[in-house]
Amino acid sequence: MPLLVIEGLEARVGDKPILNGINLTVNRGEIHAVMGPNGSGKSTLAQVLAGNPAYEVTGGSVTYDGKDLLEMDPEVRAQSGIFLAFQYPVEIPGVSNAYFLRAAYNEIRKARGEEEIDPLEFADIMDEKLAMVDMNPDMLARSVNSGFSGGEKKRNEILQMAVLEPRLAILDETDSGLDIDALRIVADGVNKLRRPDNATIVVTHYQRLLNYIVPDYVHVLANGRILKSGGKDLALELEDKGYDWVTSGSPVGAGAGARAGA
Amino acid sequence: MSSSIESLISREYQHGFVTDIESDTLPAGLSEDVVRAISAKKNEPAFMVEWRLKAYRRWLAMKEPHWPNVKYGPIDYQGISYYSAPKTKKPLGSLDEVDPELLKTYAKLGIPLTEQKMLSGVAVDAIFDSVSVGTTMREELSKYGIIFCSFGEALREHPDLVEKYLGSVVPYSDNYFAALNSAVFSDGSFVYVPKGVRCPVELSTYFRINSADTGQFERTLIIADEGAYVSYLEGCTAPKRSTNQLHAAVVELVALKGATIKYSTVQNWYAGDKDGVGGIYNFVTKRGKAAENAKISWTQVETGSAITWKYPSVILQGDNAVGEFYSVAVVNNHQQADTGTKMIHIGRNTRSTIVSKGISAGEGNNSYRGRVQVLPKATGARNYTQCDSMLVGNRCGAHTFPYVEVGNNSAIVEHEASTSKIGEDQIFYLKARGLSAEQAVSMIVSGFCKEVFKELPMEFALEAQALLGITLEGSVG
Repeated sequence: MPLLVIEGLEARVGDKPILNGINLTVNRGEIHAVMGPNGSGKSTLAQVLAGNPAYEVTGGSVTYDGKDLLEMDPEVRAQSGIFLAFQYPVEIPGVSNAYFLRAAYNEIRKARGEEEIDPLEFADIMDEKLAMVDMNPDMLARSVNSGFSGGEKKRNEILQMAVLEPRLAILDETDSGLDIDALRIVADGVNKLRRPDNATIVVTHYQRLLNYIVPDYVHVLANGRILKSGGKDLALELEDKGYDWVTSGSPVGAGAGARAGA
Repeated sequence: MSSSIESLISREYQHGFVTDIESDTLPAGLSEDVVRAISAKKNEPAFMVEWRLKAYRRWLAMKEPHWPNVKYGPIDYQGISYYSAPKTKKPLGSLDEVDPELLKTYAKLGIPLTEQKMLSGVAVDAIFDSVSVGTTMREELSKYGIIFCSFGEALREHPDLVEKYLGSVVPYSDNYFAALNSAVFSDGSFVYVPKGVRCPVELSTYFRINSADTGQFERTLIIADEGAYVSYLEGCTAPKRSTNQLHAAVVELVALKGATIKYSTVQNWYAGDKDGVGGIYNFVTKRGKAAENAKISWTQVETGSAITWKYPSVILQGDNAVGEFYSVAVVNNHQQADTGTKMIHIGRNTRSTIVSKGISAGEGNNSYRGRVQVLPKATGARNYTQCDSMLVGNRCGAHTFPYVEVGNNSAIVEHEASTSKIGEDQIFYLKARGLSAEQAVSMIVSGFCKEVFKELPMEFALEAQALLGITLEGSVG
């Protein structure tokens, strides 16, 4: 059974349709890159999968691990192993990163029927995770994303991902605003977290990130549809020819993503 | 706003039950006879009756203040009963003799009045309607010479101390509600910590209004003698009733040379229902006077009451005196709060800190009102004020009325203010990490109030945090 099956997904913000029939299948162990020009619907897809109520789903279905994802509240999705690394991580002043992370970790443990972890045990877990994303332990005492630089915020997202160990991670433009060193650290983190039983969707505008996180499949999104799917070379071709190459041509039609993932 | 924020602001009030107990209640109405009757019921010394009557006559000549940024219909002062006490067959010898129904009430509220409470290091005085029903740990405290008892007992057993300090910080003529309180107050807590003694436990008073159509008018007087230290907590609840009830209390703190008084409040009076029907009018005067090198620190978490009107203040009289005010005020549904502080700098090198966090949800209105006054002789005075407001939803209001008067050129006065809105994006971010909407709001608000919560004693901080979560339930959506 595939981990994620998206069929004919349509969504809008207010009156504006943004997704116009997305088809995509993701199996365990795979990394999918979703690319596309600005405004193509990449981030909307990521937000809809995480359950952001600002987006209204108007058609289609999403099946996650055999269950109807669209029926699930955002927190239930997170507890079921879906993780969205935000393009714009949100600041929560006065709440320490450590407290926030442990609360999230424990919610997810509870949902799995596991016992909650006390602060001391959690500190041990954090040591290892911090090393994985090359983060200073001082970050744990700071308020969630408050006063963090752009790069620190993105790294903090990957730290959360490392702690929560999702089954399906969605990275929304995690590379934007990162210098090359930070990009490498973030990509290293993602690669270290790769396992045969989890999957990753990398949403990105640029090919650059895909030099470090090598995808199994690349999908090109425009006007809320997947216009073209292929292997990792598609990203290089896009870099070379530009998005016009795909968007000016005719769509390859529904089911392209599904075929690519099959 | 999406439905998640909306659905979070309205959970049922948890302490809204009524205790079925026979009580001795004066008929409604206020007159000199009623004032005398209250005094007689308490077997008070003569000076007390005179003081009450002076207050009453003064009150008659005063007008109810309408400058606060709150709205309410006229209060019928003749429609209120000014005294209600649970009936007891004889004077209580010890806590074992307290009516089991009352003990149950306090147990239900999480305030066990048994001596077990000693283990947790808190001594409790429980005030039920107009009278104190029991004070724990008194023997233990008396070893240190600390007096912790009901106001009534203090009047009987330590009249000199009461006479010396009563009204020394809040005179009976201070304001309309203070005058009313001075005339009719029936009980309250009294604390005296002798010279150089550090009170080894937290002292706490738990106020409970039970009877319908009664007002609660308690008076608290805390005296920390030279070099003494005391930390005092108060908590308040009341049953759910559809009529408004008046609570007009006075708290006076006297910190003598080098003494420290830390006073913490978690106020959770019934706030009325979601349409704004019923609830307590909480019109309270709290003030402390700090002598040389003394320190008075107020911390308040105001989550209840239909209307809150209170300004815990410090008169920084002696040189180097320190005043602090840390406040969290939450309003939801139709609650209104007009609260803040006054820091009056009289002595040299006096310092004050004000940190106010106002949270408004539903159709609540929250006002911060503060006065920082530096008198001409207060050379080297310093004040720092930080005043932050958080809005939950788009039907609530946050207002700030800071007054600053500086009469000495060497003073340094700082004021910082901010207003923010609890964001859908913050809530979604936390939900996307597996937290429920309630946990998310509670976490965001707790973070916002962190600087105040850290001033509360540990167990109170947890209670306050939980209360905040409950008050805001249904506020987010």
